Amino acid sequence: MSITPEDFSCPLPITDHDTVQLAHGSGGRLTAELVEKFFLPRFANPTLARLEDQAVLECPGGRLAFTTDTFVVDPLFFPGGSIGDLAVNGTVNDVAMGGAKPLWLSAAFVIEEGLPLATLHAVLLAMEQAAKDAGVTIVTGDTKVVGKGACDKLFITTTGLGVVPEGVNLSAANLRPGDAVLLSGTIGDHGMAILTSREGLSFASRIESDTAALHELVAAMLAVCPEMRALRDPTRGGVATTLNEFAKSSGVGIMLREEAIPVRPAVRAAGEVLGIDPLYVANEGKLIAVVPAEKTEAVLAAMRAHPLGAHGVCLGEVTAANAGLVAMRTALGTHRIIDMPVGEQLPRIC
Amino acid sequence: MKYSDEYRDPALARRLVEEIHRTATRPWTVMEICGGHTHAIMRYGLDQLLPPGLELVHGPGCPVCVTPVELIDKAVAIAGRPEVIFTSFGDMLRVPGSRQDLQMARSQGADVRMVYSPLEAVALARQHPEREVVFFAVGFETTAPANAMAVVQAKREGLTNFSELVSQVLVPPAMRVLLASPENRVQGYLAAGHVCTVMGFAEYEAIAAEFRVPIVPVGFEPLDILEGLLLLVRQLEAGEHRVENQYRRSVTREGNLAAQQAMAEVFRVADRKWRGIGMLPQSGLALREAYAAFDAERKFAVQEIEAAEAAQCISGLILQGRKKPHECSAFGRECTPSHPLGATMVSSEGACAAYHKYQRLRATV
Amino acid sequence: MCLAVPGKVVAIFEENGLRMGHIDYAGTVNRACLEYVPEIEVGQYTVVHAGFAISVIDEQEAAQSFAAWRELTEAVHRNGTDLFGNPLPPEEPTE
Ligand code: SF4
Repeated sequence: MSITPEDFSCPLPITDHDTVQLAHGSGGRLTAELVEKFFLPRFANPTLARLEDQAVLECPGGRLAFTTDTFVVDPLFFPGGSIGDLAVNGTVNDVAMGGAKPLWLSAAFVIEEGLPLATLHAVLLAMEQAAKDAGVTIVTGDTKVVGKGACDKLFITTTGLGVVPEGVNLSAANLRPGDAVLLSGTIGDHGMAILTSREGLSFASRIESDTAALHELVAAMLAVCPEMRALRDPTRGGVATTLNEFAKSSGVGIMLREEAIPVRPAVRAAGEVLGIDPLYVANEGKLIAVVPAEKTEAVLAAMRAHPLGAHGVCLGEVTAANAGLVAMRTALGTHRIIDMPVGEQLPRIC
Repeated sequence: MKYSDEYRDPALARRLVEEIHRTATRPWTVMEICGGHTHAIMRYGLDQLLPPGLELVHGPGCPVCVTPVELIDKAVAIAGRPEVIFTSFGDMLRVPGSRQDLQMARSQGADVRMVYSPLEAVALARQHPEREVVFFAVGFETTAPANAMAVVQAKREGLTNFSELVSQVLVPPAMRVLLASPENRVQGYLAAGHVCTVMGFAEYEAIAAEFRVPIVPVGFEPLDILEGLLLLVRQLEAGEHRVENQYRRSVTREGNLAAQQAMAEVFRVADRKWRGIGMLPQSGLALREAYAAFDAERKFAVQEIEAAEAAQCISGLILQGRKKPHECSAFGRECTPSHPLGATMVSSEGACAAYHKYQRLRATV
Repeated sequence: MCLAVPGKVVAIFEENGLRMGHIDYAGTVNRACLEYVPEIEVGQYTVVHAGFAISVIDEQEAAQSFAAWRELTEAVHRNGTDLFGNPLPPEEPTE
């Protein structure tokens, strides 16, 4: 199911305005009202409620994973989610891909003047829910309002902090020949959801984004395989890009099996129509893990036991040959290179 | 997907491959004219399954690749005007002009938008009466009916703010040029299934007879292409030169008459320049006088723009099947998909890009 | 050239005076102009290029191709002359 502003029962706070005004960013009364009526109720927690210039946190000790990401997406709401879900889940996932348990997020908003307050409210509700689901708290934040045309509706930057468990050491440079390459589910759902909901592309159906927070899945996998080599969520550039980064960082080859790659029929069909290979399309709720071969079955079982990894598969393996390259053995038994993508994936007619 | 998945069946593909091996007793050189076939051959690695003597030569069948540099320059010039919304299929956005491509123009403030159907461009013109909407009407015969309908529809709706920058090319005239060349090595042709879906194949019968070459219109799935090759090899081995339709589920001899009629209503046959090949007489389409008001070249007075191609680029020879991409001194060095010198490196159907993407494995596997 | 994909017509309607349809490709639905396939009906398959249906797929012809290919397969089996017992390259590339 997708979320639209109307779906929310939580009522829109009453204000004198329907849309965000430049004055909402002036630091004056309107700013205070925006923060108090819109932001605080959503992310309620004692740290944020202090309303200081910084969050003061009790450090749990050990190694920290620390990441930041900016979210810009058009449209703001798409089948299966919104920029609010992405802003929480995306950063949670970046922390989780270090093997870490995400704890705190910060969120900074750049709002274009004229954005309907109802839209902002719906985005914040989505963030609230996503943060709740992921078990993270948004402990500090900022908002700025910019003039019309200075940004596109709403940009959100989130920063995340998490704790890396003892003994976990994940890196794209850790791959060794013989390792297995695992994937947690179908590919291309998010990117195709966005692409097919853009105007100008004539689509009438809805493909749902897979946006989800993956840290619990990661924890379950690490529990059976603490010696996991590498972990990454294949967002922009898709699975092909992540695997190429792995192959280059580790100086190894990766050989995929075409039949193993899970793609939803609707995503594959949209890919055929637009001339876009799902291997290059963004995911927001999938991960790729590289594990020692002997741990393949154990990790797959742990993945499949979790709803977000139910369709987990072994995509292929790491090879000493073809160092730096990702290749695929096709269903016909031939081979081809899976290159790094060049620029944005554009729909084509030829 | 029905009519797609079942045409990728590995067991049936293997049988067709065996049959090709069994049939081919001598080396043969055949050309797939269509870039869509080049793309599919590389994507499925079909060339890796063929007998070593059966050489595939990639043809000029990519409308993106053959769109001349000056048309891109004209597109960039038009797109740069403040009143213009410039619309295009995604393919054309990265094709290098002499200084810029359309993506660069967009980053400098041009309103360039991607559409899937030319009718989406017409819809934009309807929604934005205060703007000028221009559609980059590139393509072969397959796309011409769509591009024609957009103009017809704009005229019917009285939209005076819609126009097309036309770069339509035709396959048979280019085939004749290739066949007439003294350096031609190609002995048989896989013809483009979707071009033939629109145009039928009567025109190819004349070419097959005149140049004594077999021509097989083929579909785009692995089984289609393999069967097409089998039909070609059978004819070549038997010394025959007929048009033999492999893509029977979509192609008929007379083609799509409604589409042909719309094309003829809007366009007339005209001389066209092909990127890398040069001016070919009567090898393209231009808007008829009755639709002159929809001609973006006239509307924005860009007829005079001219441009030269990168000197190093041998894409013309590649498009004619006379050279392979790796024989180009710039291939993989100065010229890569992220920094293309010629159009054959831009389109994923272009022979240079296809080689770059899929063939590096050759040396290592 | 000319990426075109087979899909099933699931709805036919008029829009701005043009005959349009919804085309289903394994669950993804988009719009296409049906002006060039005036005879097409809901339930039939068409080949769509750049938002235009350009042919009605001939189901009989398609079935015949498959019959021929299967016949080829059987003929090969009858002869017992599988040209490549295992024609495909080995599972993994050797170093
Ligand atoms: S490799 Fe580049 S420069 Fe050489 S022919 Fe191809 S497109 Fe032209």
